[in-house]
Amino acid sequence: MITTEPVITVKNMVKKFGNFVANDNLNFEVYKGEIFGFIGANGAGKTTAIRILCGLSTPTSGEMKVGGFDIYRQTEKIKQNIGYMSQKFSLYEDLTINENIRFYGGIYGMKIADRKVRTEKMLERLELTEYRNRKIGDLPLGWKQKLAFSIAILHNPKIVFLDEPTGGVDPITRRQFWNLIYEAVEQGITVFVTTHYMDEAEYCDRVSIMAEGRIVALDTPERLKKQYSANNMDEVFLKIAR
Amino acid sequence: MRTLYYILQKEFTQIFRNKSMLPVIFVMPLIQMLILVFAATNELRQVDLAIVDFDHSYSSRQMVAGITGNPFFKVRNNLTNSQEAEDLLMRNKIDLALIIPRHFDKDLNVNKSAEVQVLVDAINGNAAQLSFGYLSSIIGSYSQKVLINPLKPEYRQNKNIEIKPTYWFNPQLNYKFYMAPGILVVLITVVGMLLGGMNLVREKELGTIEQINVTPLKKWQFIAGKLLPFLVIGLFDLAFGLLVASLAFNIPIRGSLLLLFGLASVYLVLVLSWGLFISTISDTQQQATFVAFFSLIVFIMMSGLFTPVESMPDWAQKLDYINPLYYFVKIMRSVLLKGSNFTDIFNEFAALSAFAVSIFGLAIFRYRKTS
Repeated sequence: MITTEPVITVKNMVKKFGNFVANDNLNFEVYKGEIFGFIGANGAGKTTAIRILCGLSTPTSGEMKVGGFDIYRQTEKIKQNIGYMSQKFSLYEDLTINENIRFYGGIYGMKIADRKVRTEKMLERLELTEYRNRKIGDLPLGWKQKLAFSIAILHNPKIVFLDEPTGGVDPITRRQFWNLIYEAVEQGITVFVTTHYMDEAEYCDRVSIMAEGRIVALDTPERLKKQYSANNMDEVFLKIAR
Repeated sequence: MRTLYYILQKEFTQIFRNKSMLPVIFVMPLIQMLILVFAATNELRQVDLAIVDFDHSYSSRQMVAGITGNPFFKVRNNLTNSQEAEDLLMRNKIDLALIIPRHFDKDLNVNKSAEVQVLVDAINGNAAQLSFGYLSSIIGSYSQKVLINPLKPEYRQNKNIEIKPTYWFNPQLNYKFYMAPGILVVLITVVGMLLGGMNLVREKELGTIEQINVTPLKKWQFIAGKLLPFLVIGLFDLAFGLLVASLAFNIPIRGSLLLLFGLASVYLVLVLSWGLFISTISDTQQQATFVAFFSLIVFIMMSGLFTPVESMPDWAQKLDYINPLYYFVKIMRSVLLKGSNFTDIFNEFAALSAFAVSIFGLAIFRYRKTS
């Protein structure tokens, strides 16, 4: 259910690496319960922005709140309330599915009983129950990605940040992956996702299109298509980016 | 505390799943103890000596017999001129040459004083002095024998102070007793400085540290999780190395083992923290290895392990006050060989503890969850 209650507020966010401006004065809000998409070409500044909001990188300037907490002073509180899936697969490949789940559940301080119930449900949903004692490194990429997403929301965060979660994955698995995202939204989790697949942009409630560190458009896919008189998001993107 | 449990569980699982870990834990101590202790010796044996005897007299042959009879020297006795001896020195075939001039016998018996020449290859000054000292003591005792010849009563009155040494703590002057505790220190230092640090940098290289950094995990918990497993492995390796040393060389364990392992824990916290600190400022295992190795070599060379700290220049001795190995080599030797107790080594303990706490703090401080 989409509200207009902001869970992420970003005001004048700037990030510079030397002379290079990766994020040039970004302003936006993400509403509770929506799927917010960050669309843009490689190098547009999507990952930089997502890393700042997750507390992995410090902004050069700007005011930001995530889950109601200030990004400078309440970083650790933010971390308890978010999940993150990076572009690069970063679960432990030398540990089994079970061991990874136990570890992340453990450091998020989940109660053991709670963790066990959620683990069973999750493995069943992913049809991975019989593979639970397999090392993650031995699994195909599509399974890994779905697993990484499920572990990122295991502790039931308010917001989950997904940085190009479907990179290099086949269309069927991408479809399945988006089903998992919809299920997370039904649980009340807000989803912040970056992608450069334009069909995925259609699945978002609102998208912001980035180019060269700036937000050049921000609206629902329907309104953007109407505004740029395009048939799909691909055309919208090409018209804006030119 | 529960969080720490999960971290340790994960670290131990990964460590023991890593196939190269078991050889590191078991083979490294064996090799270090069995090879290095033998190799790192200052003991001289089988010094090559050439003798050129121009005199061919009774006295010269007597003296040469005394030298050849000593197992310390491997003697070449068939030289005819000193040029040959110099050539041999040049070509590293001999370490010493003894040249007995013509009229040696006559000088000794008529003039009561004779001279011989000794040429010493002094590239290794220490060995040169030692072998020269040995040779001159053999010649000296021969000259004593000649001088107090009972047939010549005038020399019986010769007064002499005889020094009778008693060597404490290592009566047989067994060099292995001296080296083995030091090599044990090197062993656990390598384990400490490299394994923990490499483990942390590897997470950076793989990118898994990102996933950790978005969790509410506390910085000290993460660092402690990287430190404790290797502390256990380090203590295990110390025990294993000590066992090997006592079986292979019979090195004495005179002090309390509890004290030794307690101090080793403090020392390991220190070197592990140092390795982890290096990792927090490195991005790749290459960088971290380079810095760790560089510091390791400086620490080892200055520690007094191979060369006595007392013979270093004053400024170097002062620098050793911040060298953890200096303290721990001293502790290991005193506890094992002298049986020192806690009071005896309190100063070293205090210094190590202060460093351990501050470097551990530094590693935590320098570990950044946000870049």
